[in-house]
Amino acid sequence: MTNIAVSLPGLELKNPIMPASGCFGFGKEFSEFYDLSKLGAIVIKAATLEGRYGNDTPRVAETSAGMLNAIGLQNPGVDKIISSELPFLEPFNVPVISNVGGSSVEEYVEVAKRISASPIIRALELNISCPNVKEGGIQFGTDPNLAAHVTEQVKKVSTKPVYVKLSPNVSDIVAMAKAVESAGADGLSMINTLTGMSFDLHKRKPLLANKTGGLSGPAIKPVALRMIYQVRQEVDLPIIGMGGITSCEDVIEFLLAGANAVAIGTANFLDPYICEKIIDDLPAKLQQYGFTSVEDCSQKGVAL
Amino acid sequence: MIKEQWMTVVKNRHLALDTYEMILTGELTEKMINPGQFLHLKIGEGFSHMLRRPISITNVDIDHQEVTIIYKTIGSGTSWLSKQTPGEKIHVLGPRGNGFPIEQVTNKKLLVIGGGVGVPPLYYLTKKLVEQQNEVTAILGFQTKDAVFYEDNFKKLAKTFIVTDDGTKGEKGRVTNLIPSLQGDVDYYYSCGPTAMLHAVSNEMKHVPGYISLEERMGCGIGACFACVCKTVDETDEKGYRKICMDGPVFQSNEVIL
Repeated sequence: MTNIAVSLPGLELKNPIMPASGCFGFGKEFSEFYDLSKLGAIVIKAATLEGRYGNDTPRVAETSAGMLNAIGLQNPGVDKIISSELPFLEPFNVPVISNVGGSSVEEYVEVAKRISASPIIRALELNISCPNVKEGGIQFGTDPNLAAHVTEQVKKVSTKPVYVKLSPNVSDIVAMAKAVESAGADGLSMINTLTGMSFDLHKRKPLLANKTGGLSGPAIKPVALRMIYQVRQEVDLPIIGMGGITSCEDVIEFLLAGANAVAIGTANFLDPYICEKIIDDLPAKLQQYGFTSVEDCSQKGVAL
Repeated sequence: MIKEQWMTVVKNRHLALDTYEMILTGELTEKMINPGQFLHLKIGEGFSHMLRRPISITNVDIDHQEVTIIYKTIGSGTSWLSKQTPGEKIHVLGPRGNGFPIEQVTNKKLLVIGGGVGVPPLYYLTKKLVEQQNEVTAILGFQTKDAVFYEDNFKKLAKTFIVTDDGTKGEKGRVTNLIPSLQGDVDYYYSCGPTAMLHAVSNEMKHVPGYISLEERMGCGIGACFACVCKTVDETDEKGYRKICMDGPVFQSNEVIL
């Protein structure tokens, strides 16, 4: 019997599969397709202190084996998320991870303080890497000192473990990982989207209203694997890996590169049942490649 | 309840300039009873195209389990769709979204106004409205003569007027040119087309209650990703926005900002 359970700080996962933040809303819409209690965890859409409308449309564009998005952290604000969105997830018996957004250290701290107090939330994913908001977000994710500072401040107030979500839009990903590790991060989640563009030939201008957006999907998988691999060689923190996963084989690749669990993002749009399918098929796939458990696969990866 | 199916292509033909008509068959059609809803189609093999294409329902033959869609070839996704031949399977999520609320509409005088690929959902709508004993007048706008489609289909159901931008068929100009002479004692109107057209139509028809159907680039198509949102007219609205894929694509004409 292949054991696919994974134990991470704050998270006892029955399997290593979770939907990625921003691709699953607050869970409600996907619950009409399958039983959410099958998931390893649920990562909800980013919470900011006040509600945000986000960017103008178009907000998405398809690219080769991927897509660009510039939603702009639309969400009803942390208090409304706690009062109106989280109660729906309570009965599913799945650990919920809250993505935490912000434009300033003070905002990150306040959101983290409020949402970590919710008993439904088991961990935070500190989003220092959203490329689609005018201020904040990504500059914290591209400067190791700022990243360390915001991590340290959030750690002071959070009552739950903090996973820092790293941006791939840096030249030295290992330096970023080490900086947040020394600031007290409990784990890493990587990678966020790569900044990209697409143009409309008829209108002769950028296709997205925000001009630039975040590239996701299978197109970025090799970049994600390379970055996870590099970080795993130097950093001991648990890693939630993501970036273009669409199959069990992809999951195993991420585990081999050094991830301990994985998140599935863009593929949910193409196939709303994708997480459930991968969870169902994973034990047999692991066995097929000679692994006795998910942890066995991750550990073999580290030794590469 | 099934929400997805590999439906089989029965027919796929060139209909007008850059425009194709496809008929798909499968049990999923049994759910397609509300005009104005859309199908979310998977494009291409495997994960080559990561976003589905939302295409509105043109007509449904429940008895034969057939649904008709009409689409314009704009990019690589719709171009792939145009190359599918009878017997091939296409994965469909749907029907999605909220259609036109017409259950109670009977014995009324109605105006249907469509532009370009906004015309298709209005065909199924008109068919249903006529079945419910309403008197329907249709104004259909196209860019040019070669782009016109379904003129005869509409004429069998409704008094139909064609408008083209260049005047090569029907009236020359915009659909709004005909509204003053036709709106008379209309009870409701229904419209689908480019946003600029919907804006002009809802201005012209502001004293008549109406419903409009919006188009937008979608991500998930099920309400989870917040790609296709629009703002509400009512600034005191609790959320202040609507999701086109889930709350729409049909809205009351004064509900959202165009």
